Amino acid sequence: MYKLNYDPLICKGCKTIDCLVKCQYQDFKDINRAREEKNKILNGEYSKVLDDCRTCYGCEEYCPNNNHPFYQIVELQEKLNIKNVPDPIFKQQLRMMGPKNRIKTQSLKPPIIDMCLFPQLIDNIKGKLYEGASIIWGGDIFCNIMWLHCANMSVILDRLPKMIQNIYEYYIKQSETDEIICFHDECYGAFTQLAPAYGIDVPFKPVHIFEYISKKLDELKLHIKPLNQKIAYQRPCSNRLCSDMDEKLDEIFHKIGAIRVKRTYDKNTPLCCGSVLRIQQKDREADEIQRENISDMKGTGARIAVFNCPMCMMTLGEEVAAQGLFPLHVSDLVRHALGEI
Amino acid sequence: MMQELIQGLKDIVGGEYVSTHLEDRFFYSRDGGTMESFEPDVVVLPQDSNQVSKILSLANKNKVPVYCMGAGLTLSGLHRAISGGILIDMKRMDKIIEVNERSRYVVVEAGISQGKLQAYLKKNYPHLKHSMPDAPPAATIGGNVAIHGSGHLSFLGGFHSDMVTGLEVVLADGRIIRTGSCSVSNYWFAKAPLPDLSGLFLGWFATTGIITKVGLKLYPAHPLSDVRVLICEDPKIMEEIIFKVTDLNIAEDIITWMTPKPDWARGFLHCNVIYGAKTKDELIFKRDLLFEQVRDLIDKKVTGFLPLLPFMKKRFLDVPGKDLVRFADVRKGGGFEYVGAMIPTNLFSDAYKLGLDIAQKHKVAYSLGSRIIGNSHSMMFFYAYAFNRADLADVKNAQNALYETNKKVIDIGGIPWKAEIPAQKEILKKMDKNTKGLIFELKKLLDPNHIMSPGNLEE
Repeated sequence: MYKLNYDPLICKGCKTIDCLVKCQYQDFKDINRAREEKNKILNGEYSKVLDDCRTCYGCEEYCPNNNHPFYQIVELQEKLNIKNVPDPIFKQQLRMMGPKNRIKTQSLKPPIIDMCLFPQLIDNIKGKLYEGASIIWGGDIFCNIMWLHCANMSVILDRLPKMIQNIYEYYIKQSETDEIICFHDECYGAFTQLAPAYGIDVPFKPVHIFEYISKKLDELKLHIKPLNQKIAYQRPCSNRLCSDMDEKLDEIFHKIGAIRVKRTYDKNTPLCCGSVLRIQQKDREADEIQRENISDMKGTGARIAVFNCPMCMMTLGEEVAAQGLFPLHVSDLVRHALGEI
Repeated sequence: MMQELIQGLKDIVGGEYVSTHLEDRFFYSRDGGTMESFEPDVVVLPQDSNQVSKILSLANKNKVPVYCMGAGLTLSGLHRAISGGILIDMKRMDKIIEVNERSRYVVVEAGISQGKLQAYLKKNYPHLKHSMPDAPPAATIGGNVAIHGSGHLSFLGGFHSDMVTGLEVVLADGRIIRTGSCSVSNYWFAKAPLPDLSGLFLGWFATTGIITKVGLKLYPAHPLSDVRVLICEDPKIMEEIIFKVTDLNIAEDIITWMTPKPDWARGFLHCNVIYGAKTKDELIFKRDLLFEQVRDLIDKKVTGFLPLLPFMKKRFLDVPGKDLVRFADVRKGGGFEYVGAMIPTNLFSDAYKLGLDIAQKHKVAYSLGSRIIGNSHSMMFFYAYAFNRADLADVKNAQNALYETNKKVIDIGGIPWKAEIPAQKEILKKMDKNTKGLIFELKKLLDPNHIMSPGNLEE
């Protein structure tokens, strides 16, 4: 079976314990306490961290040694049967999002856009940005890393390799490209960060949506009308599996003349959209975080809130709009700059 | 004699509202359920209570059977003219007579559709609403209260018959009577404090008179609403959830649902709790109360609230709900019927098991669920079976499943709702003898010539 590639000695010798000290949801100002809890995790023992973890993926980003502290937590949560989601919800979601065996062989024209399990946003794939694009989505190619939010790694390790294989066998093999454009960070993070961490082979080239858009904007340079708009960006948890891609967003913003406003909850300290907290039955906390998040967006003077993650957008979009900000997916923001909206 | 009668009917309502055409008689002979067809000899559509009165006088004089139909949506064939005769279609009697805003009631003609009243209130009294059944909007108010219907305010207000504030009824001999306050006062505000004569006409399958006007309670229509869906895997836990949730008096409607399709729903029990509020803060306050009420079960991880995104909630907040209608065509061919069983809430687990066993035995596509009525003293547990109407064997199979369900529901202590004739007989078989005797005496008293819906409420 697949095994997490990490070195416990690195963690033992870690001087900063950034994975816990920098956590936005747990208070570890005292590094000694952080070290104590970290040691428990490394020894496979119960730590309160396992119960208090909000599964924001942040520690994956904070770890200077790329030693996968978050995956260590999730594995231990599962091993010690620490459930952060009620059983029936977990089981039902597992079935709902499971493979449907409906995938059919297709020869696709590039670019191939992988919408993961979010057909709701298929309408975003239009205009010059996505000219001639082929769209794939569904339970048979779902990356499945959402189970990280449900204290379960084994489902991911069971399903992800099959999904990767499906993409390759049914789409890539007979298509004119080996590139898959990941519309959702989760897929990109699964293919480029989680899969290598567990030694899962990815026989195609994942391309992040930001990489694709940024490159495409070079081709469409003449069509760009700089927006000159202040934008509050909602950085999603899954982007923390591919931090380098956040810089690509800055590149995109620069190219379309958008201003990514400085705010408390962006870059290294983004806030959860709330959807994960709600599945974990923490509605009050989700309310508070959403209030804090949106108030922070508003405080910057931005008029537009831009999302990359479809789940963040579906969770926060309505409330953001109610608070007077215009919710847009990054694709639509770019289409706006291209004069299509 | 029939020709004279038909001419008499034409004289009462006008020629264009009387039909003996084969096509019309066929259309009126059946409904969407599994019961066999019975054609009336003539169909008549009166415009007001006086016309109904004259029709009944004429029928009574000639001893011709009379059946009554609203939208014909009971699915248990209650309007079928089992002994032939006259079928009165009430749909032309659809006026809204009065809305009393401060006392929150409406007076309507019995043939008005649920949809028309809903639309009228939304437009003219957006702060008021009536309880809509989850039937197509064409279902009539009169028909629904007469069968003890229930709807999306039933947790708050009980059966729709409990929401009746008064009735106008035409008796078999053509007399027009009123029940409730409207028999004394100009206001249709309540059945109390008078002898409750409305009970002589609610649940009697039109064997004692024809309801022509209804006074009906209205309720505040809150600008905001929300739905929370609890889920579990064990019917006993669901009983616990229902007990806890109903202990907290915030809901307007509480519905459970269990279905094997789509596949992700198979084996799970869901409980929708729907509530309204004037402000967002109130909505959140109610949500938090609800959470606290089931917190111990959530902490045990045996239940939880489904994480519904805003756009997902709409289907659960639609009034009327459309999910059962979608289910109606699951077997294609458009056949659908359900046994609605009134049961005490404590029998939830037994009722659920009964449905699963029968569906498995008859291999029918099923959808099970329940609506909690009036603070959970009872529930309407529904066993819906879909069938392909073009496949007679499939129809027969569903019919057998329904018949067996009815019998077993009675065995466990429930009572089939809007019972088909075979189920009516089963209920009477189980009924206390003296009660049954009184029912027959009252029927005879009110309908000595036995013209009112013969075949119904008979052994």
